[in-house]
Amino acid sequence: MAKLILSMDGLTLKEIPLTKERTTIGRKPHNDIQIDNLAISGEHAVIVTILNDSFLEDLDSTNGTFVNGQQVKKHFLQNSDVVELGKYRLKYVNETPQQGSAADFEKTMVLRPDMLKKAAEHVESKPAGDAAIRTSAAEAPPPTPRPAPIAPAQESVLPLASIQVLTGGNAGRELALTKSLTTLGKPGVQVAVIARRPVGYFITHVEGAQFPIVNGVTLDAQAHPLKDHDVIELAGVKMEFFIKS
Amino acid sequence: MNLSDALEIATASDMGQVRSNNEDAVLANAHAGFVVLADGMGGYNAGEVASGMATALLGVELEKKFVDSPPQERTGRGECFAETVLRNEIVNTNRAIYNASQEKVQYAGMGTTLVVAIYHDNKVTVAHIGDSRLYRLRGDEFSQVTRDHSLLQEQIDNGIISTEEARYSQNKNLVTRALGVDAAVEPEIHTYDVRPGDVYLLCSDGLNDMVDDEEIGATLRMLGANLALCATQLVQLANDNGGRDNVSVILVKIKQPFPAQRSWLRKLLDWFEKK
Repeated sequence: MAKLILSMDGLTLKEIPLTKERTTIGRKPHNDIQIDNLAISGEHAVIVTILNDSFLEDLDSTNGTFVNGQQVKKHFLQNSDVVELGKYRLKYVNETPQQGSAADFEKTMVLRPDMLKKAAEHVESKPAGDAAIRTSAAEAPPPTPRPAPIAPAQESVLPLASIQVLTGGNAGRELALTKSLTTLGKPGVQVAVIARRPVGYFITHVEGAQFPIVNGVTLDAQAHPLKDHDVIELAGVKMEFFIKS
Repeated sequence: MNLSDALEIATASDMGQVRSNNEDAVLANAHAGFVVLADGMGGYNAGEVASGMATALLGVELEKKFVDSPPQERTGRGECFAETVLRNEIVNTNRAIYNASQEKVQYAGMGTTLVVAIYHDNKVTVAHIGDSRLYRLRGDEFSQVTRDHSLLQEQIDNGIISTEEARYSQNKNLVTRALGVDAAVEPEIHTYDVRPGDVYLLCSDGLNDMVDDEEIGATLRMLGANLALCATQLVQLANDNGGRDNVSVILVKIKQPFPAQRSWLRKLLDWFEKK
């Protein structure tokens, strides 16, 4: 369950769990989070929570709503974002296990129509209207950079490697193996692929009657791990694989 | 009609790096010209049961229908035969899974996503339910053909969240449609033209949640010449990136055109229709 921690001048005032679909923030007493301060508009901002995601939207407040120092109209809240309203700070805490912990949590589930209707209703009830939301979403700055969930964790550990062509017309040319896959050879004649994996570099035959030769030994269809200074022969061209220190 | 000369198919399915069982199921029938992929859900091994039932039942029934009668014949409602058959068989399969889940307590609440592609008469008819996807590589253009039935996709459609922001959403795993969870189901079915050289990718979310579309497309472009390697490479990419879910892929490459053999009656009717 996500929550907000309200503080001023470094002093924690209270914790507010985001249990409702719409949590309103403002100076007037009917707000869910009332902040009685003249720098805060009567209806200042709202947080819309859809299951595990929360969205902050400024309700055209006089002094604006800031997230991590930037003014926002609409913002997709990420764990430990700090929302600033006047002198007040609201820290957004969402410790729902993200990618990585409890695998069970990520299991696909079916969202029943009744749940969905609820989600749709409060979207429709947004005061700004669909079109307005669309534009504000486009203007909103992208979420603060965070390790992308799909980035391989070990990538930084693997040293960079290159292929240097030793013979033929392209002799001397160097090809950095920065992508997860790099193909070598001539399509239709002979092609091999070098896969850059967290555990190392591997060469595999892709097409052609001839299989690649590494250090004088012809490979089979299996992926073959490459070592520093291995010599690869492909379509009559020799090249060297080397690790950059 | 035997389509095994026109279609080259490769499949791969893997448990991933985190899960202890594989709830995905894949099935390919090059002869009859169709492929089925299902990603099951539900406690214990119920997800496996649901996805296994979906691929097995559809595998048997679609083969019967497509080997016996030519799928290109049009039916009265202006919908092609393949679409009608597919819709009926999905409804039947849904009922079978739903009934099983009602009868056995250990199967309660089981269900599965589904994506099916049937190739016929230089066309492909695609049905899907949930967030298993079909992509197409045509020339250099790699694009997603199906649209997920998921909360996240609806939020993207409504402009609540951008596609960029969607990568950070915590609501990734919520599908809005599934096979076998209710007495009724509404599959989404479309038919597209097929060209020789096209490569079609069917996958479970274990692939596209772990590997971004750009990289999936690049892999298809680079390894399209070796479909089996391409399939294992995609699975490996997902696993190298964490492999948090089961990952399954089916690749279908169009080697040559496969126009339907038209009967003299059909030809005559077509001639009249043109008039």
